[in-house]
Amino acid sequence: MAATGPERVSVLLPTYNERDNLPLVVWLLARTFSDSGIDFEIIIIDDGSPDGTQEVAQQLEKIYGSDKILLRPRAKKLGLGTAYIHGMKYATGNFIVIMDADLSHHPKFIPEFIRKQKEGNFDIVSGTRYKGNGGVYGWDLKRKLISRGANFLTQVLLRPGASDLTGSFRLYRKEVLQKLMEKCVSKGYVFQMEMIVRARQLGFTIGEVPISFVDRVYGESKLGGNEIVSFLKGLLTLFATT
Amino acid sequence: LLPSRLTPLSPQAAMTKLGQWLCGLALLGSAWAALALAPPGLQPPAPLRQALLPLPVYLLVAFGCYSLATVGYRLATFNDCEEAAVELQEHIKAARADLRRRGLRL
Repeated sequence: MAATGPERVSVLLPTYNERDNLPLVVWLLARTFSDSGIDFEIIIIDDGSPDGTQEVAQQLEKIYGSDKILLRPRAKKLGLGTAYIHGMKYATGNFIVIMDADLSHHPKFIPEFIRKQKEGNFDIVSGTRYKGNGGVYGWDLKRKLISRGANFLTQVLLRPGASDLTGSFRLYRKEVLQKLMEKCVSKGYVFQMEMIVRARQLGFTIGEVPISFVDRVYGESKLGGNEIVSFLKGLLTLFATT
Repeated sequence: LLPSRLTPLSPQAAMTKLGQWLCGLALLGSAWAALALAPPGLQPPAPLRQALLPLPVYLLVAFGCYSLATVGYRLATFNDCEEAAVELQEHIKAARADLRRRGLRL
């Protein structure tokens, strides 16, 4: 089913305390889309950030227009999955891009996602840090080891058909994301994993594009024992239930 | 990169990954037990039995080695995106300047 008619990309940006990064990521998105002639809208779902993120978002709305910047905030921190569901209600694009708002994902890859999508008419295009010239900046050896080890485990247990299961830089066809959101129940890293696993179950096709992940936050937020435990619990749950 | 292919199975008919592993282990396990622990009348020839008995442990160790080698290799070839970080810094500078021009007040 090749897309007929005008195409539009809706970018879902859940934010929490991204006062500094939000204008930068919006600027990069707008620049990328106008340079490549792709129609777009950016849906900012802020969970009541106390640092003034919403004020910055309102300024961006004035600068870029309310047809391009859609502010759809929520009262408090309610989680990523529900943020996507909430944002999708307002999306008018036929493609949906989900990404991090902290500049770890660079919008320049989005045109490559679209190119890849057209190449194979994929339902999902997933950015991967583990293949081709994908990679990471700002991780020490320990962090990389944990990442590769965890990924190896998910490959062995879940055989998902995608190299980067915990990545969150992806393009979905809108109907596909809607279908998946109904079925996914996990939280955090595991939520991103579950999306890919369920997608496979439902027969959706997945293409991959190597991306670079620039981690500027790692120094402050080390990967804790808690996160590793909840990752393992989530992985085993997916192993036993899918 | 090749897209993933999936033979469409109804959700009810598909087995969980855990189910697949248990089935596979049960199959291999019973084949091994039948051959290695057979009563004297049905035993396979001695050399085969000698190789068969420790096979599960050998396979486990082999898988362990494979895992270490694979993770080690992937760790060693994990790309460091230096240029991406540098490029991002430049883009941030350009973005800040342009946004200020357009009236953004931080």
